[in-house]
Amino acid sequence: MNVFPRVIPVLLVSDGYLVKPVRFAGDKYVGDPINAVRIFNEKQVDELVICDIDASVRGTGVNYGLIEDIASEAFMPVAYGGGITSVADARRITGIGIEKVVLNTVAFTRPESITEISTALGASSTVVSIDAKKRMTGGWDTFIRRASKRVGLTPAEAALRAQELGAGEIIVSSIDREGTFSGYDLKLVESVASAVTVPVVALGGASAFDDFRTALEAGASAVAAGSMFVLNGKHRAVLISYPAPEQVRSLGI
Amino acid sequence: MSEVSIIDYGLGNLGSVANMLKRVGAASRRVSTPAEVAASERVLLPGIGAFDAGMDLLRDQGLVEALRDFVATGRPMLGICLGMQLLLDSSEEGVTAGLGLIPGVSRRFSEASGIRVPHMGWNYANPSRDDPLITGLADDSRFYFVHSYRVVPDRDEDVLATTQYGVPFASMIRAGNVMGAQFHPEKSHAFGMTVLGNFAQL
Repeated sequence: MNVFPRVIPVLLVSDGYLVKPVRFAGDKYVGDPINAVRIFNEKQVDELVICDIDASVRGTGVNYGLIEDIASEAFMPVAYGGGITSVADARRITGIGIEKVVLNTVAFTRPESITEISTALGASSTVVSIDAKKRMTGGWDTFIRRASKRVGLTPAEAALRAQELGAGEIIVSSIDREGTFSGYDLKLVESVASAVTVPVVALGGASAFDDFRTALEAGASAVAAGSMFVLNGKHRAVLISYPAPEQVRSLGI
Repeated sequence: MSEVSIIDYGLGNLGSVANMLKRVGAASRRVSTPAEVAASERVLLPGIGAFDAGMDLLRDQGLVEALRDFVATGRPMLGICLGMQLLLDSSEEGVTAGLGLIPGVSRRFSEASGIRVPHMGWNYANPSRDDPLITGLADDSRFYFVHSYRVVPDRDEDVLATTQYGVPFASMIRAGNVMGAQFHPEKSHAFGMTVLGNFAQL
């Protein structure tokens, strides 16, 4: 038997608040991140990913106070991204009690940072997040800085380079699908998962439990979702949810 | 419950362990010297990383003999993840001798059995027998694992729980007052809280 596929809520933080954008824009205020972590903790989620989405864009660096509050409430593995630029940042974050760091902008502006952090913390603590947007002509481009800057690599090329530099896990995120409840971009998941041997986490577009199964069939090792776990119903009211443990386990069968 | 001394030797997620001990109502402190170990009621050896690096760091701080002396007094010791592997004699991962507190070695998982290495994610731990360390765990208790090596104790009776990943392996061990957990109880929700809470009361 193989290890159970993980089902991972992704919480996006902006200026200390939990937000939920659609297609990387129009952030909707969702609430207090610590309260959300507490609820996800009660629901015994497999893992949490927390990203400060504009720390790099605004150049504010890492919000250590927030990370300490999160770590004291999170009794599951947590990955944190946003504003990390150095080994010192990564060490300080993991020292507080966070298992993994997520690299996005810095993974492309200074790719050697992946190797430096992976050497210091180990590959299984080094995650690279790849934001992909569909091209008019087919295929995808990789973007950084909240989908505003193209990096000149396809997501599969970016993932392979990240793996070669030391990343132990890749999160592939569809800019076109984020917050749209229209299902994962399965071809995107497949293109990235087939390019690397490290685990690939699918993100962007999940609307129902069945979407998880299709993403796993497309090659993802784990599935992640934001809106599906924090918004509910026709009016997209804020309501934190997570499937029951036996339902999550059923993905491994 | 008595105080848990968390060994601070530069490896491992001390913050998470302290957070969860606090949640289960156990006091903890970080210790890094032989004198502090000798004065401890119970010690927890965390650890993430490579076997030789772990032993070298323990030796540099004079903790190898200190931990052996501590165990000889009969007080409880728990190793987590790499900290568990260090309890044994040696590992395929390195050339340095381990603490030698439980006879056995650590071996690498083989991709030949159709699995990805490392073993990363949630899995079950099935008790081999009753023990105060695992009292109160439900049958479907699951734990968070991240490791490429598994311990192989010489004596079957030292295995406290097994987990299946390509092969069945010892996910918890215990020989008298020396205990080990391959998973991360500090990151395993209520299941891990039960184990750490039990350890704090042994």
